[in-house]
Amino acid sequence: MQPSPNPSRANIAGWLYVSPLIAVLLPFFVAPILVVLAASFFATDGFGGLTPGFTLASYVEVLHSTLTLKLYLATIKFTALTWIFTLIIGFFVAYFLVFHVRNQLLAIGLFLLCTVPFWTSNIIRMISWIPLLGKEGLINQALLGMGVIRQPLEVLLFSDLAVVIAYVHQLTIFMIVPIFNSMARIDKKLIEAAIDAGASRFDIMRLIVVPMSKSGIALGTIFVVSIVMGDFFVVKVMSGGGSASVVSAFYEDIGVLQYPTAAASAVLLTLVLVAIVSLILRTVDIRQEITR
Amino acid sequence: MSAVLVDMPETVAPATTKAIAPSKGGRPWTFYVLAMLFALYVLALYGPMFCIYILSFQDIRGGLVFPMKGQSMHWFVDLFTQVRTGDVKGSFDRSIKLAVIVTIITVVVSFLAGLGFRKRFRGDTAVFYMMIGSLVAPGLVLGLGTGLLFQALGLNASWYTSALGAQLSWTLPFGVLVMFAVMSRFDHVWEEAAYDLGASRWQSIRLVMIPVLAPGLVAVALFGFTLSYDEFARSLQTAGSLNTLPLEIWSMTLNVTSPSLYALGTVTTIVSFIVIGASLGSIVLIQKKRGSRTKG
Repeated sequence: MQPSPNPSRANIAGWLYVSPLIAVLLPFFVAPILVVLAASFFATDGFGGLTPGFTLASYVEVLHSTLTLKLYLATIKFTALTWIFTLIIGFFVAYFLVFHVRNQLLAIGLFLLCTVPFWTSNIIRMISWIPLLGKEGLINQALLGMGVIRQPLEVLLFSDLAVVIAYVHQLTIFMIVPIFNSMARIDKKLIEAAIDAGASRFDIMRLIVVPMSKSGIALGTIFVVSIVMGDFFVVKVMSGGGSASVVSAFYEDIGVLQYPTAAASAVLLTLVLVAIVSLILRTVDIRQEITR
Repeated sequence: MSAVLVDMPETVAPATTKAIAPSKGGRPWTFYVLAMLFALYVLALYGPMFCIYILSFQDIRGGLVFPMKGQSMHWFVDLFTQVRTGDVKGSFDRSIKLAVIVTIITVVVSFLAGLGFRKRFRGDTAVFYMMIGSLVAPGLVLGLGTGLLFQALGLNASWYTSALGAQLSWTLPFGVLVMFAVMSRFDHVWEEAAYDLGASRWQSIRLVMIPVLAPGLVAVALFGFTLSYDEFARSLQTAGSLNTLPLEIWSMTLNVTSPSLYALGTVTTIVSFIVIGASLGSIVLIQKKRGSRTKG
């Protein structure tokens, strides 16, 4: 950050540069959020018509139903499982690329290899599990062929397991990239110094690598948690309709034109998400982390 | 970061000759374990995708699982000619057009925002967090809000108005974050030299910054195009009566149970791969050109 000779001129220039960004975010982020907030207080005629007013009926309905608790528990379960698996895989993949691959060009190549699927369709990557996990899929065929099982396993596809597999498949990249970035900034001399001082491999991991990757882990966590909590199509397709999450219930509500209930549920979810994200942000200055 | 160093206990122990430094000496056993994990990860990443590409080339008897039943292009022809699979051609067309528009806007707006965020200005943190909010907000909720907003204003939702805006609320934060990374590697000396030589602000942007930052701008374009082309949750309530390609795929997953679905997956992935390859290729080309110029 360069000091500016004239602060008010710098302010005007700054705002001019970001004004196109604001011109998009105000109508397509701020306004829609406010509309959903407003709709959550409106009454409905049950046919998609909204009556402007102020009632807390939708919130009472959402908070009183035992379904809400179940949905949140399911969502938290999916989020926690996905978070743990993406963190473990992402951390060690990044660690391997940064500390074990000695040829820098090869490391970048392997890193790109991990990122390419991110730029392809999520839905396609999700349905690509069907030929593998299905009742007559490859995994069942292989297990039957080896004589491990007699009946094809039905829990592989259209189950909670399939949902978690699809999430981990899609989201591990969101852990790899930020953790890779923070690990790449660790000075290798630091680790050599630690070895010279007699640190074991475990000590190096515990005292240097993990603490110094914390900001990457925090960033990855924000991505993974917000995407899983905001998702509905993976849950809907991969569970075969057997499981639901907060947003997939929201989707059903929209389908039957229950806008105020859906909006109230969305507002609650957003509050939960904001709480989680700001809790994570307290441990890391994300802006300084990204701009540096 | 320096706080971490202070926290480290001052252990004094005799230096060891064992190769525990991953960057030196013989390979420690962890190398082989982690290499295995990495290989498995890449296999799990690409394996399933390649299964559906292979299965999409079955003939008319084909099903959704292995073994392959014959080889033909039947399901690709089926995809673009059959009515029951929906308007694939039209949605394909719309998605490409929309992605091009989104890419152009994303590159320009992210570049300008990247310039703006280089210096602190009053209220910059608020703008920054607004952007982060737009990134992490559940797409379906934003989409519904945008849809209701258009309804309330009496506007018709369509792919080139409401869906365009909804997608930008997703691609722009990514674009600006990539710009941050790009800008942090930009040496201010170039720009100052341009000013010293009498360049105007616009000249320094056009003749110095854009050429120097070109690879980063290509990366922003790659994010803009692919994120828009595959965007689903935010488009669902905002695309109006005409579908984009991911919406078409979504409706197919719910009611088409033939390899047509896989054929569509193959086609859309080929488009993605072309875009990724062209972007990465042009970045490499730009870098190579620079290398040869400095050498010569």
